[in-house]
Amino acid sequence: MAETKGIQIESSSAVADRVVGIDLGTTNSLVAFMEGETPVVIPGEDGLNLVPSVVAITNNGEPVIGNSARKHLIETPERAIYSVKRLMGRGVEDVQDELKYFPFRLAQSESTAGGPLRIQLGGKTFTPPEISAFILRQLKRNAERYFGAPVTKAVITVPAYFNDAQRQATKDAGRIAGLEVLRLVNEPTAASLAYGLDKKKDGIVAVYDLGGGTFDISILKLHEGIFEVIATNGDTHLGGDDIDNLLIGIALDDIAGDMTLDLRRNGEAVQAIRKAVIDAKIALSSSDSTTIQVTLPGGQAYAREITRAQFEALIEPVIQRTVGPAKQALADAALSPEQIDEVVLVGGSTRIPRVRALVKELFKRESHTELNPDEVVALGAAVQANILSGGSKATEDMLLLDVTPLSLGIEALGGVVAKIIHRNSTIPASATEHFTTGVEGQTNVAIHVLQGERELAKDCRSLARFDLKGIPPMAAGLPRIEVKLLIDANGILNVSAREQRSGREAEIEVKPTYGLTDDQVESMILDSFDHAEDDFRERQLIEARNEAENILAALEKSKKNPAWTMLSADEKQHIDDLERKLAEVKCPRDADYKQIQAATEELNKATTKLAELMMDSAVSSALHGKTMEGAGEEMGDGPTAPHPIAPAEFSKR
Amino acid sequence: MATETNIPTGNAVATEGASLCWSCNAALAGNAHFCPNCGKVQPSTPIDYFEFFSLGAAPARKLDIDLPALEREFYRLSRKLHPDVFARASTREQQWSLEKSSQLNDAYRTLKDPIARTQYLLELEGVKLEEQSSAATLVARTSGEEKKQVVPPELLEEVFELNMQLQEMRMNKEMGEDDPAIVSDLQNAKSRFETMLDDLTSELKSYWNEWDATISAPGSSESDRIRVRDKLVDLLNRRSYIRNLVRDVNQALAG
Repeated sequence: MAETKGIQIESSSAVADRVVGIDLGTTNSLVAFMEGETPVVIPGEDGLNLVPSVVAITNNGEPVIGNSARKHLIETPERAIYSVKRLMGRGVEDVQDELKYFPFRLAQSESTAGGPLRIQLGGKTFTPPEISAFILRQLKRNAERYFGAPVTKAVITVPAYFNDAQRQATKDAGRIAGLEVLRLVNEPTAASLAYGLDKKKDGIVAVYDLGGGTFDISILKLHEGIFEVIATNGDTHLGGDDIDNLLIGIALDDIAGDMTLDLRRNGEAVQAIRKAVIDAKIALSSSDSTTIQVTLPGGQAYAREITRAQFEALIEPVIQRTVGPAKQALADAALSPEQIDEVVLVGGSTRIPRVRALVKELFKRESHTELNPDEVVALGAAVQANILSGGSKATEDMLLLDVTPLSLGIEALGGVVAKIIHRNSTIPASATEHFTTGVEGQTNVAIHVLQGERELAKDCRSLARFDLKGIPPMAAGLPRIEVKLLIDANGILNVSAREQRSGREAEIEVKPTYGLTDDQVESMILDSFDHAEDDFRERQLIEARNEAENILAALEKSKKNPAWTMLSADEKQHIDDLERKLAEVKCPRDADYKQIQAATEELNKATTKLAELMMDSAVSSALHGKTMEGAGEEMGDGPTAPHPIAPAEFSKR
Repeated sequence: MATETNIPTGNAVATEGASLCWSCNAALAGNAHFCPNCGKVQPSTPIDYFEFFSLGAAPARKLDIDLPALEREFYRLSRKLHPDVFARASTREQQWSLEKSSQLNDAYRTLKDPIARTQYLLELEGVKLEEQSSAATLVARTSGEEKKQVVPPELLEEVFELNMQLQEMRMNKEMGEDDPAIVSDLQNAKSRFETMLDDLTSELKSYWNEWDATISAPGSSESDRIRVRDKLVDLLNRRSYIRNLVRDVNQALAG
């Protein structure tokens, strides 16, 4: 629709290239973009900024995302999933602990042991990136609805402490959703960008980010627009979910004890309790006591009073787990708490008063909470998206220099890890290693790359095994294979290799330990694109019809305005003709949205003079000379707002 | 010296490095990151960290670096080379930006740290330093090889005593016993070693000046260079030996 409308034609080329910023959270996800010089969150169809990271598959096999998926969590928990971020880039053996608390139903692993996880949802199975892609596609849709144009490029945030596999999985999710992921940005760093845009002040900043499922701490040096991360640390399995699970545990124990009812295996009941304890947790941030209340399936009521003091004692072990990483980050930055100039709080869990008190103990100062902790990461992602699309006045001097959170190493003799890129190295970072053969005529060399701080390979995270193939047969120890490992600005590993004596590029076969292969991602993309096309066309038709209805309704009203009588008979006739034409093209079931848009646009143009006359008399002379569309833009209306031809509706807004 | 290393001399780099801009064909000076004419980023070349920051090419690499100036140059080049700046550029320019900015970050990380910088320079000079990282120790242990570790003679007595204490500490731990005397001995040893580390770093810095003098002084000979180089090697080896002792003590105290 953008390409057919007067005032929007000029902006449509910029719109086509619009890069959005996405916070793909454990609990909630958001999409934002830079409107002029300010980052803003794009609301969903329901008008809400937060899209709950919940996906459900209906009986018809259709995916439902966000708020509308939430009711499925309680009604048909076997068809719904939340907190899938916890499973991104993880293997079956990693998630055994999660399965105790989360109703994830893993599909029985196929012959490909060690491959990506598969989750059973309704009758189908999905990998975590595919489920995340459903959420991303919903955000993409929300943005497209907002802009009235396709969105294909995005910056997506990830926890700073995400490892290579988790980052790759997030990037794969973007691709599956039909988004070109221009950059993965670390969440605390993104938050600092949003604050930095606001404050424009140099100094050392600590960002404490406790979200639904992950904890990050980052320490940055701000210097003339450069945001240089000095150290980062965290725990990718620590957050509000853990607090919820403690409360759920208490409720389940109560119920088992008092009512002799074991609901542990009852997904429906556990979800109902989960919702109740989250309400209680939120209430305890502002009041001293509350009651966990839930009506159990079967009609029995459960209620338990909990005081803030009890709550704080309960969660203390969870939030104490943030202390170690915070102190390690300070030590790695070689800074004392006194040297930190500002502390920024991010993530919903930092609303808990006890968490704020702990942060104050850690850094010996009050924290910044001016920006909404649920939105600040998405706003920062929008800032980075703006920088990548060429920048604006607000961002022209801004540059982000981030680090890799974990050391990269290669397995050496005896299962020992030789570290080649240390944690907290500024990225992009690279290291070159040389390998040779041990046997005469050997043509393959296997290399095992790991990530982590421990000494032994078995204690580190296996990233991938590389097979260097096609080494020219030579005496043992003679080939000299140079392997270059490069961590890019997304924190993702790239590998290239060359046999130096023959100068031949060695062929590398990468076996990601947990991720999807390129072919797998490719097939998933095709699946989703088929749908995306249909979805987009259908949405365009609905929106074009809405626009048409709006202008027709507005025109009906304006005919009663004195301005109508000021038009010539020809002008009135012309408008009436176009009105009839639009009414005709919008009706058929298989109507073409482009035809509707064109007819709407024609009518819009023909009524320009009428709108001007009306505005002259009714609103103000300031709008003089603008088309009605332009006047609408100026009044700050989104593309789905009522057509501006109706001045009465302006004054009401 | 030049015969012992395969790093090209300054002259060789200058002639080989003379090339043309890929975009506008203007002549490029040495290892220019950008074309002086059209400003486009140039392909990355395998140059060493000193050259990357225009801090002199072999054999004239200086060790005494102005750190605030290095940081300013790092920020200046980051603004021009970082992949964010090339998000809308051609694929090959994006690739060069990625390679160059990783070179920039690797170089800055190495040069800003006095020990890493000296170690790097010595490696460029063809010296193989003793590998004394904990990983190397573990490799040696698992492969059953005795690691070549030369105890600095003046430390022989102290190291002998320390090893006794460490052993006692470990035995106490296994028995679940606590001996405050040993803990305090170890803490004293640790602070003594840490002072030695600081002293060695200062000594190292004084040899930087001598090294830099062999570059600029017209009368300095190859033998001067080798003498200073060997002194630097000795200091680094001693330093890394003591650092390992501190690490062992820390592990014993923490474990």
